[in-house]
Amino acid sequence: MNHSSLSLDRTNVHYMSPRTKRLRKVINPPVIKGFKPYGPDTGKGKAEPVMLHYEEYEALRLCDYDLYNHHAASIFMGVSRPTFTRIYSAARQKIARAFVEGRQIAIEGGKVYFDSDWYHCGSCKCFFNNPEKDQKVGECPLCGDTEKISGVEGDPEKFVPETSVEVGTELCYCPQCGYEQRHQQGIPCKQEVCPSCQSHLTRKTLPGKQPARHRGGRKH
Amino acid sequence: MKVAITSTGNSLESTVDPRFGRCAYFAIYDTDSKAIAFIPNPARHVEEGAGPKAVQQVASYEAKKIVSGEFGMKIKPLLDSLKIQMIVVKDPEKKIMDIMEMLNH
Repeated sequence: MNHSSLSLDRTNVHYMSPRTKRLRKVINPPVIKGFKPYGPDTGKGKAEPVMLHYEEYEALRLCDYDLYNHHAASIFMGVSRPTFTRIYSAARQKIARAFVEGRQIAIEGGKVYFDSDWYHCGSCKCFFNNPEKDQKVGECPLCGDTEKISGVEGDPEKFVPETSVEVGTELCYCPQCGYEQRHQQGIPCKQEVCPSCQSHLTRKTLPGKQPARHRGGRKH
Repeated sequence: MKVAITSTGNSLESTVDPRFGRCAYFAIYDTDSKAIAFIPNPARHVEEGAGPKAVQQVASYEAKKIVSGEFGMKIKPLLDSLKIQMIVVKDPEKKIMDIMEMLNH
């Protein structure tokens, strides 16, 4: 290969950086830093320890300890399902290598962030976490409510509380005093009676969705 | 116990700042003595790492809870290790006064 063709080759090569790895979410760091083998033959060859990344530890924990499937576990860690399977298989291969070759396992490194469990309070609509992990959450730290507290799976940014009135919800509405209650399917609103002024209720639909019509029903 | 609230201004009428690291003021509220102090956030105009600097600031006032609209990715593990509770209030209309009232429950 002469000089000119080499330089031509170089100009045609595009040096592209690989796509950046997504941050993997790990709920809690592991309680130990690693494992050491024991027995008469350990430490003979001065073998390097196997580095098990935090995300691989988390994948193993979610799959084999908490018994989630790969799809559910991938959502917990904030990665795609194929990526999760790759992380998980890397964890198994590393552990198998450590067992067979009698190496230590050091749990460290990896592209992760630690996130604690989040809770939601239904009465003041706030989210909060629990830094004292060994204590159970009894009341909302903001408003002190003890009943409407629920756990949040995953990120609070994406959480939609179930108790909130979603757009398009149908309500039974009192034209006299403005009382509202959630419409129950199958019970006509006119049969419902307002608890405060005893008048009959009418249907009211919040904007965002067409009112649900019964199948085969026709407008008059 | 002291609670830090991120604030857009330095009065009780100010609303909760939706950001933690780059909020204008921290309102440090003492739930026992009912005293409140507004402290300007020194990390507000820092180019990078405003969150961790703000955490340092709040930790120096020995706050045990922080009320804000959102916490960044760098801050969550930091506050977890410092055992400071995060409270996320999504309502941008909430005033410092309202939060204080709720904390008194």
